Amino acid sequence: MSVPLYALVDGNNFYVSCERVFRPSLYGRAVVVLSNNDGCAIARSNEAKALGIKMGTPWFEIRGKLPEGAVVALSANFGLYGDMSNRMMSLAAGLGPSQEIYSIDESFVDVTGVRDVTARAKRVRDRVLQWTGLPCGIGIGQTKTLAKLANFVAKTAERKPGSYPSELAQVANLSALPASDFEAVLAATELGEVWGIGRKMGEQLRAAGLVTVLDVVRMDVATVRRRWGVVLERTLRELQGIPCVELESQPAAKKEIASTRSFGTPVTQLEDLIEAVTEFCQRAAEKLRRQGSFAGQVGVFVHTSAFRKQDRQYSRAMVTPLRRPTSDTGHIVHAAVQGLRAIYRPGFNYAKAGVHLMDLQDSSVEQHELALDDGVPDRSSVMGAIDDLNVRFGKGTVGMASAGLSGSRRIWTMKQERKTPNYTTNWDEMPQVIA
Amino acid sequence: MLPLNLPLMGDRVQAGFPSPAEDFNCKRIDLTEQLVQHPQATFLLRVRGDSMKEAAIFDGDVLVVDRAIRPVHRHIVVAVLDGGDFTVKYLHKRAGQLRLVAANPTYPDIVPREGQVLEIWGVVTASITQFKK
Repeated sequence: MSVPLYALVDGNNFYVSCERVFRPSLYGRAVVVLSNNDGCAIARSNEAKALGIKMGTPWFEIRGKLPEGAVVALSANFGLYGDMSNRMMSLAAGLGPSQEIYSIDESFVDVTGVRDVTARAKRVRDRVLQWTGLPCGIGIGQTKTLAKLANFVAKTAERKPGSYPSELAQVANLSALPASDFEAVLAATELGEVWGIGRKMGEQLRAAGLVTVLDVVRMDVATVRRRWGVVLERTLRELQGIPCVELESQPAAKKEIASTRSFGTPVTQLEDLIEAVTEFCQRAAEKLRRQGSFAGQVGVFVHTSAFRKQDRQYSRAMVTPLRRPTSDTGHIVHAAVQGLRAIYRPGFNYAKAGVHLMDLQDSSVEQHELALDDGVPDRSSVMGAIDDLNVRFGKGTVGMASAGLSGSRRIWTMKQERKTPNYTTNWDEMPQVIA
Repeated sequence: MLPLNLPLMGDRVQAGFPSPAEDFNCKRIDLTEQLVQHPQATFLLRVRGDSMKEAAIFDGDVLVVDRAIRPVHRHIVVAVLDGGDFTVKYLHKRAGQLRLVAANPTYPDIVPREGQVLEIWGVVTASITQFKK
């Protein structure tokens, strides 16, 4: 039986890299991708990082500090990122027998028993770059926590020469290092970089005099459990090479599904909020059906914007129980709109609203009520057909009438002034090539 | 009412003559399968201009571009010169010197100057001309 070994394949500055594939003029420039509604930086090119732009910085702040044209800002184009992610993931899967897609730009691959794993990882990295245009880093270690740490080393060694030995750039296999080199890497890494050590835990550890990952690894397991709890104990064991977190090939069903959005321009009317909330319910219910769950409760919230200091502020949420667990969009919309009517107050500039589906359960364990409420026909086949149509003909083809029409009449639609075309997912938006 | 289980096509019991096609279980030709060899590496690009018309690549055509194929001399490629626009041309490679050659005599060759970076973005494997949509 071989020693377990994991790889983490992670796209570098993923959203920015996706944009650069189709706009080569963005290479070498400071680029940020902004969140929904053009709010905050959610991805930064290395050049943007070098300008000191931090993750989550609001765009108006970035723009205010830097000269005109110093940074290119783009609206998030999740259709594009999703397709590029799919291409990258399926190539990364070639690294080993099983894969866990951890996020849009990260996947763990079980590489236990894979021969010449470092060389193979380098080939996979080259292939991802050549085939898709996306640069990635690959970290390899005996546990997922070590693979994640190795990935950080691989990326940092590339981005900041001198931070780590140059042979660890792009692909870093910590399990192949001699003990002394391995310890040197841990000693050169700040403990906050460890997966599972959050900001708060990091502060506590630093207050106790620890600085590097090596300081953490050298702690005694029993002491850690007593003083810091089982979560850090698990992280410590993982850092020591004892796997505690398994690969999850099937993502766990979500326990809560949210669909929320900031509005492009403030919304004041109840009718417009009903449209928005109906749309959120449709999205959330679609996700709910996809994972085969029913929701027991529907939460709805609205609030004004804290950034608009001149506005009177209002924020309210409400949870409405469903008569019985369901994934029927109609019932979910009904409950959400009921909640919305209860919390809506006229005279406010609403900036954001959202819907949370809660109390989720497996749809196969539905409890049938006695036929007290006939007149509630089973519409699950209708819901399935709606989902199919929306996949085939594009989002929003078929929906609930209270969601209104898509397009300009809708005043609450996402503000995306700088969005690039759907290069790879829309026949009419493909990139142009000059002949 | 009890659910009715219908047999699958192909294994039904028939009273008449068996279909002569039964033994030739065929799948309809799939265009994507023919045109796309490496799905993760294949992108579609829309042509603007007539510099490749003698290679039967016309304005408005859709190019199938495969990034997994290693470009060699005489391939039709999508290239990027110094981070500019995508351009489609013949790739010529002579004595280590790369040049981009049009399939239209009115266009001069593109030869990267000293210090210019020529990136070959992908290799064109097909061009789709649609006459009617």
